[in-house]
Amino acid sequence: MTVDSVTIAFVGSGGAGVMTAGQMLLDAAANVGWYGLMSRSSGPQIRGGEAAAFVRLSPRPVHAPGDRFDMIVAFDWQNVERFAAELPLSAESVLVTDPTQGEVPAVLAASGARIIEMPIKEIAASVTGGRVNMVGLGAVAAVVGLPREGIEAVVDSALGKKGPAAVQASLAGAEAGAKAAAGWGLGLELAAPTKNGATRWNISGNEAAGFGALKAGVKFCAAYPITPATEVLEWLAPNLAKTGGILVQAEDEIASITMCVGASFGGVPSVTATAGPGLSLMIEALGLSVASETPVVVIDVMRGGPSTGIPTKSEQSDLNIAVYGLHGDAPHLVVAPTSIADCLQTTQWAVHLAEAIQTPCIVLSDQAMGQSRAVVDKPADAPFKAKRLLAEIKDGETYKRYANTESGISPAAVPGMPGGEHTADGLEHAENALPSSQSSDHQKQLDKRLRKLTTYDFGSAWADIEGDPQGEVAVLTWGSVTGPAREAVAKLNAEGRKIRLVSMRLIAPIQPEKLAAALKGVKKLLVLEQTHGAQFHKYLRAHVDLPGEVTVFSRPGPLPIRAREVRETLVSLV
Amino acid sequence: MDTHITEAAAPTPQDYKSEVKPIWCPGCGDYSVLAAITRAFASMGLEKHNTAVVSGIGCSSRIPAYTSVYGFHGVHGRALPVAAGLKLARPELTVVVFGGDGDGFSIGGNHFLHACRRNVDLTYVVMDNQVYGMTKGQASPTTEANWCESKLTPEGTGVNPIQPVQLALACGANFVARGFSGDPNGVAKLIVEAVKHPGFSVVHVMSPCVTFRPEQKGWKSTVHPYGREPTDDPALAMRAAMEDDGFGLGIFLAGNRRPFAPAGKPVATLDQLEREFAV
Repeated sequence: MTVDSVTIAFVGSGGAGVMTAGQMLLDAAANVGWYGLMSRSSGPQIRGGEAAAFVRLSPRPVHAPGDRFDMIVAFDWQNVERFAAELPLSAESVLVTDPTQGEVPAVLAASGARIIEMPIKEIAASVTGGRVNMVGLGAVAAVVGLPREGIEAVVDSALGKKGPAAVQASLAGAEAGAKAAAGWGLGLELAAPTKNGATRWNISGNEAAGFGALKAGVKFCAAYPITPATEVLEWLAPNLAKTGGILVQAEDEIASITMCVGASFGGVPSVTATAGPGLSLMIEALGLSVASETPVVVIDVMRGGPSTGIPTKSEQSDLNIAVYGLHGDAPHLVVAPTSIADCLQTTQWAVHLAEAIQTPCIVLSDQAMGQSRAVVDKPADAPFKAKRLLAEIKDGETYKRYANTESGISPAAVPGMPGGEHTADGLEHAENALPSSQSSDHQKQLDKRLRKLTTYDFGSAWADIEGDPQGEVAVLTWGSVTGPAREAVAKLNAEGRKIRLVSMRLIAPIQPEKLAAALKGVKKLLVLEQTHGAQFHKYLRAHVDLPGEVTVFSRPGPLPIRAREVRETLVSLV
Repeated sequence: MDTHITEAAAPTPQDYKSEVKPIWCPGCGDYSVLAAITRAFASMGLEKHNTAVVSGIGCSSRIPAYTSVYGFHGVHGRALPVAAGLKLARPELTVVVFGGDGDGFSIGGNHFLHACRRNVDLTYVVMDNQVYGMTKGQASPTTEANWCESKLTPEGTGVNPIQPVQLALACGANFVARGFSGDPNGVAKLIVEAVKHPGFSVVHVMSPCVTFRPEQKGWKSTVHPYGREPTDDPALAMRAAMEDDGFGLGIFLAGNRRPFAPAGKPVATLDQLEREFAV
């Protein structure tokens, strides 16, 4: 009797190797054909503090963290109370504890979970070069039925360079752990993987976003580190260089975004990545990008706000500033990936759109997607490339940089093009780019900059629409909340309900007609978001009439919205 | 790419001027700086389509639209990073940055520090009139502490001004010079030297504001050659700058730092990068 999903946590103080154990479990599972999702939590210390790795495995793609943990393996319980809210448990859960490393915290034991004592430290010591995290990994492997080859492959790839002794020590530790867990009979063996030959990736949202930018043709990045976006930039640094691009570390976020504007003025597709506080700093330059029609892409990996907020936790509360943050009437693009894998295509799309429409695009990712790793089916190749409409300047022709075309998109001259000389300007301007305070010029340019967005054909990528197309109950959401919504809707539809799911990828410009069509016939609508102030719901209401009876589930970070919560809310609606 | 015209038809300064009439007050020092810039461009024979001028906000920052090369008129204090991004992405272009003392040393101060330090091959011409002209007469970071003519600081700022030449030298600029708008030919020569010199070149131009600092008319009597030959030693240059009264003209430093110019050479395809993720 196998299960369809198993959710494990490793917890302990930094030195125990908690993060490595989690990473290796995910990698081993990937190797034998399973899918998985891993996220991590740690205390505020830079080194050595409490740490937790959360891994969910399944023979099918995993969309969300589990509703509760099937098993927690604790190398020690140092400060684990800090993670208590992130470790939902029930009486069916299992807590594996080393009796020499402290008591199971009352807050976890109160769940009624079964407690299994395993002398992890002693077992590790009994093996030459044994480490507690390998013992724990071996125990988990036995419990979920992970074949030995999976462990061997990851140990080899992680430690092969350190020589056969290191590999042997790790494998022996894992075996000892497996042996100790052999008789537990927990019934958590995972169903066999479906070997369908699909190519799969093991990737984080931040890596995917960086790769998406490269795939679109980005060749310049100016970077300033900030949690939880730094990995986007650190992935881009060597990979941009390998593909003939440049990454430069700037002195602050304002320098980052303005360097991108400068590079883009030179015709080179540019990207940067940041989080809420950095996006706040970049806002003025995004307005300059709008007014001068110089495209840039900013990946905002959202975290708990406001202000410094909760840097290491996820939230969706930058929606307002992304959409409304620019002074003046400054319409622009905002997109939001719907999953870890989708960070790639959505960022790629963002670069394509920004270049095509000559305007900035903010990509609203978040910490949950950015810093989690998933084993996913390789994303299909998308046709989105950076391609700016360039001017063809004839001899003797007076070039007008901001020509009032029907589409609103003006053919661009880029330095290097003879006859295209002009001064791009944040000042309002006439069609010939010269500064103007005339009402006719302002009206014309405002209309043009809006028209180029409202008349653009964004195609079907504006949203992911799933579930029952005739369902009278619908979920409307965006970003990382799509994952638990997907899982909840799939489960309820499998039980015979008829529920629709709409996840908006194109946040701005909003698509009222497409949204109305997607929600036609809906009688009960659940709007889901991870904000305190229902930013998404208020944004929708400003632009569209939502159908039927609307319920809003709006909760801020730091805790993820789980599929069970979405299910229970949906059930209570009907 | 060679941005210099090698043909016999030599360009004139007029070729680099646009038809736009400047907004500056009659008598503004910036007229002379504009003349100096176009003279410098002409004498270097720069190709207009491969030349870009970048500016921030202020009277001096209006310059790009008065030239006929590519221009970018950005936001206050941020001309230097815009120019750096442009030059790093398009190294074959000649990129010259313009702005005033407020744009460059107040809101732009942090970018100025890092631009000097980073040493991208750019030339930065700062028109210093020791006042905010466009917003009608507030003190700037180069205004003397006891100037009491601003409504915003009627008792004077009470804060010592910064010394741009010393600041540029301390932060690592590779070429540092001072000129005076009353001598546009002199400024033109400095701009030519600055553009030709690799790395980050700063030309500090004393450029009087006839409207809000009419007493600066007296600068023509105050400026003087600073009295030494250009050195490539930043320490020597700094000593000379610190002993100078702030009106010394000439080239303080023509240094030897290598310009910052990372260049990506493609060695991998996107398909190859994918392997990192493949299970």
